[in-house]
Amino acid sequence: MTKRQTRMVAVAGLVFGLGVAAALAFTAFRKNMMYFYTPSDLVAHSVPEEAKIRVGGLVVAGTVLRADDLDVHFTLADCEQSVPVRYRGILPDLFREGQGIVATGRMASDGAFVADEVLAKHDENYMPPDLKEALTTADGRHSCAPFKSVTDASPAVAG
Amino acid sequence: MIPELGHFALLAALAVALVQVIVPVVGVVRARPRWMEVAVSGAQAQLLLIVTAYLCLTWSFITRDWSVAYVAANSHSQLPLMYRISAVWGAHEGSMLLWVLMLAGWGGAVSVFSRRLPRDVLALTLSVLGAISIGFLLFILLTSNPFDRNFPVPTDGRDLNPLLQDPGLVIHPPLLYMGYVGFSVAFAFALAALISGRMDAAWTRWTRPWTTTAWLFLTLGITLGSWWAYNELGWGGWWFWDPVENASFMPWLVGTALIHSLAVTEKRGVLKSWTLLLAILAFSLSLLGTFLVRSGVLVSVHAFATDPARGVFILGFLCTVLGVAFLLYAWRAPSLVNDAEISLISREGLLLLNNVFLIVAAAAVLIGTLYPLVVDAFELGKISVGPPYFNAVFLPLAAPLGVLVGLASVIGWKRGQRGELVRRLRWPLLIAVLTSLAMPWILHRQTQVAAIGGSLLAVWVMVATLEGIWHRLRNRDNRWRGLIQIPRGVWGMSLAHFALGVWILGVTFVSLYSVERDVRLGPGDSVELSGYTYTLIEVQGYAGPNYDADRASVEVSRDGKVVAELSPEKRRYRAQGSVMTEAAVDHTPFRDLYVALAESLEGGDWALRIYYKPMMRLVWLGGVLMALGGILAVSDRRYRLERAEQRSRVHSVEAAA
Repeated sequence: MTKRQTRMVAVAGLVFGLGVAAALAFTAFRKNMMYFYTPSDLVAHSVPEEAKIRVGGLVVAGTVLRADDLDVHFTLADCEQSVPVRYRGILPDLFREGQGIVATGRMASDGAFVADEVLAKHDENYMPPDLKEALTTADGRHSCAPFKSVTDASPAVAG
Repeated sequence: MIPELGHFALLAALAVALVQVIVPVVGVVRARPRWMEVAVSGAQAQLLLIVTAYLCLTWSFITRDWSVAYVAANSHSQLPLMYRISAVWGAHEGSMLLWVLMLAGWGGAVSVFSRRLPRDVLALTLSVLGAISIGFLLFILLTSNPFDRNFPVPTDGRDLNPLLQDPGLVIHPPLLYMGYVGFSVAFAFALAALISGRMDAAWTRWTRPWTTTAWLFLTLGITLGSWWAYNELGWGGWWFWDPVENASFMPWLVGTALIHSLAVTEKRGVLKSWTLLLAILAFSLSLLGTFLVRSGVLVSVHAFATDPARGVFILGFLCTVLGVAFLLYAWRAPSLVNDAEISLISREGLLLLNNVFLIVAAAAVLIGTLYPLVVDAFELGKISVGPPYFNAVFLPLAAPLGVLVGLASVIGWKRGQRGELVRRLRWPLLIAVLTSLAMPWILHRQTQVAAIGGSLLAVWVMVATLEGIWHRLRNRDNRWRGLIQIPRGVWGMSLAHFALGVWILGVTFVSLYSVERDVRLGPGDSVELSGYTYTLIEVQGYAGPNYDADRASVEVSRDGKVVAELSPEKRRYRAQGSVMTEAAVDHTPFRDLYVALAESLEGGDWALRIYYKPMMRLVWLGGVLMALGGILAVSDRRYRLERAEQRSRVHSVEAAA
């Protein structure tokens, strides 16, 4: 091959490689992007059942029920709406009633949210930022008073 | 008094840094050697001052000086001494101080070990480092002063984040920062080369040991971080594709590419402008990482807006540094002429391919890390990009790298012979194929395509690397003498490549054959997982120095024989009332048994999480061996020879005078 041909082959290879990489990235993106919802969003819009989503809200006091083994049921609420959540497994250290959490999972056909991961940060005053914003109204205050003591604390930045 | 001394030392360091930048540059322009020499004493004076400031802050921590706001926020009267010392870098202000300490350390090291360089290059290099230092010192002094006082003085501190109270974290950040910041040296050399116009291959020779050193620290830092997350975050993961992790992984990928392209440029005089670009990119990503971690944008892009001073400052600094660097590059690089052509079937050709894959992989990680931030900033919704994205994109891009390592270890520079490639690699390939077909079945009685693929790649890398060593001995009468005569640089490279194989093996098995189970156990109950029986004996409370804990004792047995007694804990730290899970792990090179104690349930039962993780240790062993390879490479004779040569030259000059 002449120098010119080798260079063309190299360039073609590079373009091809970048194309494959871009295609990979794009499909992976579409499959793995998760949107964030609040309980109000879930009630207002229907979310396709197969879509994996994140839901943030506050654990309503008195709703946490441990069933047999490691099954747990609780209700997640923002100020207007609430949604029942089913989860099986270990809850994080800071999971407790009144605490803001973010759960990852899918909607079930009965309207409950089936979580496969529950996150609560390692700080009692911590409010997941997505959730904190969702609970904040235009005037910059939290829209529901009962949670105010929890949500007003500034988020701690972990190391 | 001591905190004020520290504050003053920082101010003085800033003044020295200004001198270190301006005087040598003027010296270079006017060709005055004396003025250029100022860079050396400036770098050393700066190191001294910043060490002073750092020790002052450490002293405030050791003496529990709650009048210092940063100390009060990150320490506690009951905090053990080790953690009081490491708490210095436990939060924002102190980590920035550690950052400039590392920068000053690298600058000081360059000023001591690089006396052989042409005066103007050394002066420019140190003055670039000084300029970076100015930026970060200003940042600390204006927005994040660790010496700010508190009034009224609280009666006790708010305690160090319990997550950080772990021996792993005592050394993880310093190692990571050593690596991160170490790329500033390659950056400074590249800029000095661009400014002075001496862009021949010489700068790459000076830069290589520095870059390798930075890289090996970064490798150790990332490895240790992974180990810490595994033990301390409590949930058995060793890599989460978390933005903070990505922030250190991207410079690592580009740094790895840089190490390889430096070798190509030094040996063959090609890829010159590419290597310069990589040196700039590696440090840019270090700065970007600092920005991401320190500005608050990761918590939320809107957190950035609520406390803009810090974020805006770093962003501005980032743009300035990158702007200047890329302008210089755009101005100078087009004049570079390569000394030779590259053919694809040659070592340099394969190394170029390796660079392409590494850079594309780094770009994929970058996109996944930044995209959610961009979307959020433009109010297009809140999304998160999870580990599946990174795995799906990163693995296909990383796998060819393994193939290339094997090929490149036997192919020659300039122009490789296809025939020789096939002849030398057929046995390694055969061994790799046979081993990988057998291994998953032998170890786990269950075969998957992915497991075969992963083992194939791992064994291929290892065997081809060994072949590379073997090939050097082929014509030796005395093989042992031959082994000794192999340069340490080659040993270092081979060890690092072999380590990559070890790492791939570990990742493959731990990802495919891990078994995880959440269980509910009462005292005396047992559960079986992967052939091991776990029995919860009891859970007892005890009081630690600054926490109260529940400690479970779990007996693990196999075939009726007890193999391990594990004591996972649940700790409640008194100062902040935060709860932490301390997992317990029993490990051999081939498997980890991991138990974490979760919550207490009604009826005296406890929830536990149990893992069986095969070959987990190999992942970290791979990282540590890679770093050892780096150490071997920088201890190569030729670097010592150059130094000795230069010393003797200095002596003879002195004798002549």
